[in-house]
Amino acid sequence: MFRRKGRRMKPAAFEYERPTTLQAALNLLEDDGGKSKVIAGGQSLVPMMNFRVVRPDRLIDINRISELDYHRIEGSELVIGALCRHAVLKESELVNRACPMMHAAYDWVAHGPVRNRGTLCGNLCHADPASEMPAVVLAADSVMVLRSSKGSRTIPADQFFLGQYETATRDDEILVELRIPTASKGQGWGFHEVNVRKGDFAIVAAAATLHVAAGNVKAISIALAGLGSHAIRLTAVEKAFIGKEATDAAFREAAAACAGSIDPTSDIHGSAEYRRDLARTLIYRALCDARDRCS
Amino acid sequence: MKQIEITLKVNNKARRATVAPRLLLSDFLRRDLHLHGTHVGCEHGVCGACTVIVDNLAVRSCLMFAVQADGCEVTTVDSLGSINKLHPLQQAFWEEHGLQCGFCTPGMLMVAIELLSKNPNPTEDEVREAISGNLCRCTGYQNIVKSVMSAAKKMQAVTEAAA
Repeated sequence: MFRRKGRRMKPAAFEYERPTTLQAALNLLEDDGGKSKVIAGGQSLVPMMNFRVVRPDRLIDINRISELDYHRIEGSELVIGALCRHAVLKESELVNRACPMMHAAYDWVAHGPVRNRGTLCGNLCHADPASEMPAVVLAADSVMVLRSSKGSRTIPADQFFLGQYETATRDDEILVELRIPTASKGQGWGFHEVNVRKGDFAIVAAAATLHVAAGNVKAISIALAGLGSHAIRLTAVEKAFIGKEATDAAFREAAAACAGSIDPTSDIHGSAEYRRDLARTLIYRALCDARDRCS
Repeated sequence: MKQIEITLKVNNKARRATVAPRLLLSDFLRRDLHLHGTHVGCEHGVCGACTVIVDNLAVRSCLMFAVQADGCEVTTVDSLGSINKLHPLQQAFWEEHGLQCGFCTPGMLMVAIELLSKNPNPTEDEVREAISGNLCRCTGYQNIVKSVMSAAKKMQAVTEAAA
C-alpha cells in the first residue's frame, strides 16, 4: 500500500507531553517560544495538523488535568473550566438556566461526536471567524481567565478575539476558565444563524441580549460571527439604543445600523453584500426574540 | 521523536503498543491492530466514517491520537457481530437497505449504537439528528433512518425478552 507524493493527510511529527497538573502544563509552556500547542478536544487543532497547516513541535495534552473539568455557578457567574466538553454544556440544566442563549446556540454547533471531545474554551482559543460560541460569549459579557507559570490575568471577551484564529492568549498561557454573568431576571436573549448544512459553521450568526424596563431599552448587547475576521460586539450601535423604545421599528433601525457599520468578507459561502443583509435580518430577529423573552 | 507506550482496551481486549505520538487512532486501529472495520474518509473530521466509541462516547478517530487513547476503552464496528451472527443493528441495515457501497456504514453504525444506548426508543427526528454528522453519498439517508428505527425495535424486543 503506498500513497502518492503530496497527498498525505497525516500530521507532521511532534513531541508529546501529558501533564497531570495545571502547574506542570504551565511550566512546560514557559520559555517555550510558542513552539508548543495545547491540545484538549483537538476537534479544531487536529484537522489543521492533518492538513499540515499547523505543525507544532510539541503538543501539551491537558486531558488528564481533571481539576480543569468543571462548570458551576459561583456567586452571580457561570464558570466553565478549560476541559468542560461541549456535550456536557449542551445537556446541562445549569447552563440552560444561567445562559439560555448558550443552550440554544449549542443546537448549531458541530455534531455529537465533535461535541463529545471538543471543549468550549478550546473553541474560543481557536477563534474560528464563523464559530458560534465567540458571538455568544461576547453578547453575554463573558470574561476569560488566562494563566501562565507567572500568574493569572482576566480579559473581557471583547478584548479576547483579535483576528482570524487569533486571540489575546500569549504563547505561555492557557485559557483555564470562562466566566459568564448569569442571565439576570427579566433579561431576554436571541440567537439566529444561517449556515449551509446542519452543524456547519455560520455564514452569519447573531446573538443578542436585552433588558427592557417600562417599554424602553435599559441594556442591550449585540454580537456577530461569520464576518470574516473575528466575532464582534456592536458597541457603538448598542450605546445609541439605550433608552429608546423597544419596538419593532427601533430594532429594524438598530439592525440596519449594525449592518451599515460592519465590513464582512466575501467567500464561497456568501458575498459581503449577502452577509451584510444576513446580519441585518438576523440581528433584527434576535432583538425581537430577546424582547419577547424579557419577562 | 520519542515513541510512547500505551495500554488500552479495544473491543474488550487489553492491548499494548508503542507508538509515535502523531499516529492517529484511526490508523492505529486499522494498521497496528488490523481492525479494518473503521473507515478513513476525509481525515479532517467532517465525514464521520471513522467514528468509534471511546469511553462510551462516539468520537472521530481521525481527530484523536492513539497516545490519547491510553487507558481508554475503545469499541469499534468490528465488535458488533459476525457474518454468521449479525448484531440486530447490522441485521436491520441489511433488511432495510441501509447501505450500498458500505463506506459510511461503520460510522453510521457507531453513532447508532451510541444513540440507542442512551435513547432506546428514538423518534425519526432524533435519529436524523444523531446521524447528521455522517456523510453518505449513496443512499440518500432515508433507509439509514429506517434501519436505525428498525434496529431500535429489534433491540427493545431483545431487552424485553431477556427481562
